[in-house]
Amino acid sequence: MNSTETKGFGILTKDLATKIDTIINYYQSDSTKLVGILLDIQDVIPKQYIPREVASYVSERMNIPLSKIYDVISFYAALSDVPRADYVIQLCDSVVCKVTGNTDLRDAISSILGINEGEATADGKYWLEYTPCFGACDVSPAIRINGKVHGYLTSKDSVKAVLDQYQ
Amino acid sequence: MSKTVSFITENFGKYDPNSIDSYLSIGGFTAVKNALAMSSKEIIEIATKSAVKGRGGAAYDTGRKWSQAASVPGDNKVVICNADEGEPCTFKDRNIIEKDPFRLLEGMIIAGYTVGAQNGYIYLREEYRHLRSLLRNAIQQTMDKGYLGDNIMDSGFSFHIHLYSGAGAYVCGEGSTLIESIEGKSGRPRIKPPFIKEAGLFLLPTLVNNVETLAIAAAVLQNGVDDYIKYGTPDSPGTKIISLAGNVNKPGAYEIPFGLTLREIIYDIGGGIPDGHKLLLFQLGGASGKIGSANILDTPYTYQGLAKEGLVVGSGGVLVVDDRTRVIDFVKSIQDFFIHESCGKCTPCREGNRQIAKIIDRFVEGNQKPDDLHTAERFANIMQNCSFCGLGETAQSAFLTAIKHFPEEFGIQQEVAK
Ligand SMILES: Cc1cc2nc3c(=O)[nH]c(=O)nc-3n(C[C@H](O)[C@H](O)[C@H](O)COP(=O)(O)O)c2cc1C
Ligand code: SF4
Ligand code: FES
Repeated sequence: MNSTETKGFGILTKDLATKIDTIINYYQSDSTKLVGILLDIQDVIPKQYIPREVASYVSERMNIPLSKIYDVISFYAALSDVPRADYVIQLCDSVVCKVTGNTDLRDAISSILGINEGEATADGKYWLEYTPCFGACDVSPAIRINGKVHGYLTSKDSVKAVLDQYQ
Repeated sequence: MSKTVSFITENFGKYDPNSIDSYLSIGGFTAVKNALAMSSKEIIEIATKSAVKGRGGAAYDTGRKWSQAASVPGDNKVVICNADEGEPCTFKDRNIIEKDPFRLLEGMIIAGYTVGAQNGYIYLREEYRHLRSLLRNAIQQTMDKGYLGDNIMDSGFSFHIHLYSGAGAYVCGEGSTLIESIEGKSGRPRIKPPFIKEAGLFLLPTLVNNVETLAIAAAVLQNGVDDYIKYGTPDSPGTKIISLAGNVNKPGAYEIPFGLTLREIIYDIGGGIPDGHKLLLFQLGGASGKIGSANILDTPYTYQGLAKEGLVVGSGGVLVVDDRTRVIDFVKSIQDFFIHESCGKCTPCREGNRQIAKIIDRFVEGNQKPDDLHTAERFANIMQNCSFCGLGETAQSAFLTAIKHFPEEFGIQQEVAK
């Protein structure tokens, strides 16, 4: 965990608090919607994660114990408690993508961006992580960037063309 | 000649999934109208006659499930549409939602009417977040037109649909775990009893059905059950959407009549293996499914035909793997998936997966110990018999069937004459 990033007062700005309030209100502060609420909140936080002070804020606003918030954050793969990057690249590591060549795809991404799995580029722009099948096996090998699927990535050129769309 | 058919998928590409008017122009909501003119008992009879087995993987008889759900006492019940589709090599539910979201809503409304539910929930996996707005829009338009909401078409029946999101956990596809997740908790299976059908979501009687199962129900109510069971074989009537992928020339979701052979599926529909490579193995039903090899390609794709070869329909995934992959690397990939997805609640699955993974790793590197295979098999059998939920029970299907089909890969000498 990156404690310098998750403490401090810089993250939960007034503006962000307003955005979080809007999301919580949209879900009518319904505690059964916690998973969806946290996903939506993560989307509006730079570097796509749930910082500790945001978790505390949600806990207070929704009257849910912080331990329960963290139970949810740590359980679900789509929620992160560490900062990632502007663009989160998820590389499918499941069996269909494996047999259609995701190792070459991984190598292509690593060589273009200079990062491995679980790392961000120095400028904080790209983050690379492995993820299980996201149901794009018909276009495998595939990646998701900020949730959007890109498939048939069998050559370095095709990978470069996709990454170029995220500047 | 095309071997695919279009019954469940008949609306694909025929209308604009963003527009209910477009859907109505091709006869949309006829199924709901037909259903509301019938009694619950009549609909259950039709579902039973269709002989549809649940398409989420467990293959439970749908008519029976609906009949049980209808007879559970309670004036506040719930229908859940399982759109978690987490099984690797499975993307047919995504195709249904993308191309025919209104038919899915019809299926839910019909299920709700049949079992006497007031509320429906769609549990959509996070990975399909791009479909959230499409579904939200479909629900809203259906409300606006009066096919959803209070007193639907003056029938006295009221039904509401709510959309919930998963967050990247395969185990949440299991019914009771999905319910925990909708209740806003982390996803760990519930102990049974009480059964979901009696005390599920918010402790209300709950019916859980897969996307495809619900879509079929609507298609059958619209076109008549005879139109459906004219496809397929006497044992396995009807059609199925398969998710065909891997080393095939034409991967995709295809609707097929039951009874095609695996060869027809892989070579005629899938266009065969790319670049002149040879088929090594195939896996049916996703990562939790079993594998087969080239010498059983003439097996018909029916529940009974596959069972004879120790295979299952499962989620309908058909993964094709050619000779560029080693059997052991394939097995390792499946094992990695289950290690990642085991929720850790019970020991057989949590520890079993870990220990078997270590042994598989040794096989991958070629430095296995003499009793490794025996130990792994023993652990795998314990997992199948003692795990708390279906994840642990099926996690070793690929490994165990790989040993059966490719004994030499695991250092087992074939007996010459048997
Ligand atoms: C670990 C696990 C994951 C599952 N994932 C799914 C899934 O993603 N989608 C699904 O429909 N069923 C899934 N199932 C099966 C469901 O538990 C349930 O049987 C199904 O949704 C019932 O609907 P059906 O009768 O229409 O098939 C899963 C089961 C297990 C044990
Ligand atoms: S079998 Fe695996 S996934 Fe299921 S409860 Fe046990 S540990 Fe969790
Ligand atoms: S296996 Fe990669 S998207 Fe399904």
